[in-house]
Amino acid sequence: MKAKALNRSLWVFHVNTGSCNGCDIEIVAAMTPRYDLERFGIKLVGSPRHADVLLVTGPVTRDMKKKLKLIYDQTPDPKVVMSVGNCGNSTGVFYESYNIEGPIDRIVPVDIYVAGCPPRPEAIIDGVVKAWKKLEEMKKK
Amino acid sequence: MTLTTVLLMSVPLALLCLLLGLIYKGIDRRLGARMQARTGPPVMQPLRDIRKLMLKENIVPKHAVPWLFSLMPVVALGSTLALLMYVPLFGQAPLLGSYGDMVSVLYMLLIPSLTLVIGGFVSSSPYAVVGAQREMVTMISYEFPLAITIVAFAWLASVAAPGSAAFAFSTFSAVPVWSMTSILGSCGLIILFAVMIVVTSGEMGAVPFDAAEAETEIAGGLLSEYSGRNLALFYMASAVKMVVLGSVIIALFLPFGISGYAGLEGMAAQAADAGFFLLKLFAVIFAASTFPRVAVPRLRITQIVKMYWVYATAAAIIGLTLIGIDVLVEAI
Ligand code: SF4
Repeated sequence: MKAKALNRSLWVFHVNTGSCNGCDIEIVAAMTPRYDLERFGIKLVGSPRHADVLLVTGPVTRDMKKKLKLIYDQTPDPKVVMSVGNCGNSTGVFYESYNIEGPIDRIVPVDIYVAGCPPRPEAIIDGVVKAWKKLEEMKKK
Repeated sequence: MTLTTVLLMSVPLALLCLLLGLIYKGIDRRLGARMQARTGPPVMQPLRDIRKLMLKENIVPKHAVPWLFSLMPVVALGSTLALLMYVPLFGQAPLLGSYGDMVSVLYMLLIPSLTLVIGGFVSSSPYAVVGAQREMVTMISYEFPLAITIVAFAWLASVAAPGSAAFAFSTFSAVPVWSMTSILGSCGLIILFAVMIVVTSGEMGAVPFDAAEAETEIAGGLLSEYSGRNLALFYMASAVKMVVLGSVIIALFLPFGISGYAGLEGMAAQAADAGFFLLKLFAVIFAASTFPRVAVPRLRITQIVKMYWVYATAAAIIGLTLIGIDVLVEAI
């Protein structure tokens, strides 16, 4: 029941943990008329308190580590974390940099990884569909 | 109307208007998306959102005042539902029409906004506090042109229909204001109509006037700390408020029915008028919410104040003067 209610109304909060803005622009592109994520009931919200999905981009700089944890805790359950972009998945081009604490799954549990530098909007939409599937699995358990 | 009928009618009416408000919100979102060449969410989307929010965790921030924080959403929904009893809906007289008039409705319309402000202040978030301050400023701004419009209506009613209650909605549903004036006064009324649409946008918190909630700059403002059930209650309150505000405009400016023209009687007439009411409500919501949301970006709070205190007030005074001249000329 829980998951069923979620899968057609996902509110997304976008966290930038030090990304180069490439991924962020692709997320915004997914909301534009060409891809229009809103037709699936997906909406960008301004506060983690309203969110069901945390869309995290960037390799997590040292400064953002605490804040990412805080934002994760501020999000009400049930929630899904999506890591968008190679930076978040594996720290990408910032690999082994001295001020990087990432990748994201070292700091908060990540449910869905979207690869690409930056990923195309189609890939992000695909990731959201996977989020639904994940929630449906949660429902079965 | 006896107490039992009021009690029996009020619950279905409240539920119906809640559903209606949510569906209108869905239509508003869908239509806005279509105007931006997007597909947009299904019309039922707000209902899905509510269902989802009801199942989410309900967080009360550590430093908030817990009882006030949780009480405010309930008061917001309760007060807007109570308002439904005082405004004419579906072409019918209000359920408690004899107990309240235009002025009491205007005062009660402040309560939902006040609950938002109080909820913002007690939620201990700087974003919410900034949002609450902006909401207060917005409230103060639109009050003035609104008051001028009400004064114009009361004046018109007291001159054109002496002896009737000047502030009651029933006066204007019996005799539409447009028939109380000649050409000059009608021009004034058109200006007041436009002012009221702008004021309604502000009261709804629709986009050009939503500096208090601005989710892209102050993280959802007033509502930034609300989650789950409490957020759902505020969402429903805003949906019902949309219906209330639309009905107030309809009652004042568009109290026409179509049953008279179609030559219908009895139940058929009431059904036709109710359907026509839905259509009018859609038109008002489109003009006050959907269209400005798509056409105009968000205004800064200073611009909102200027918009209402300078432009809207000036327009309202011009409208009032035109109506005044008209009334005086008629009297001679
Ligand atoms: S994955 Fe690529 S585009 Fe995305 S933030 Fe990292 S460097 Fe920028």
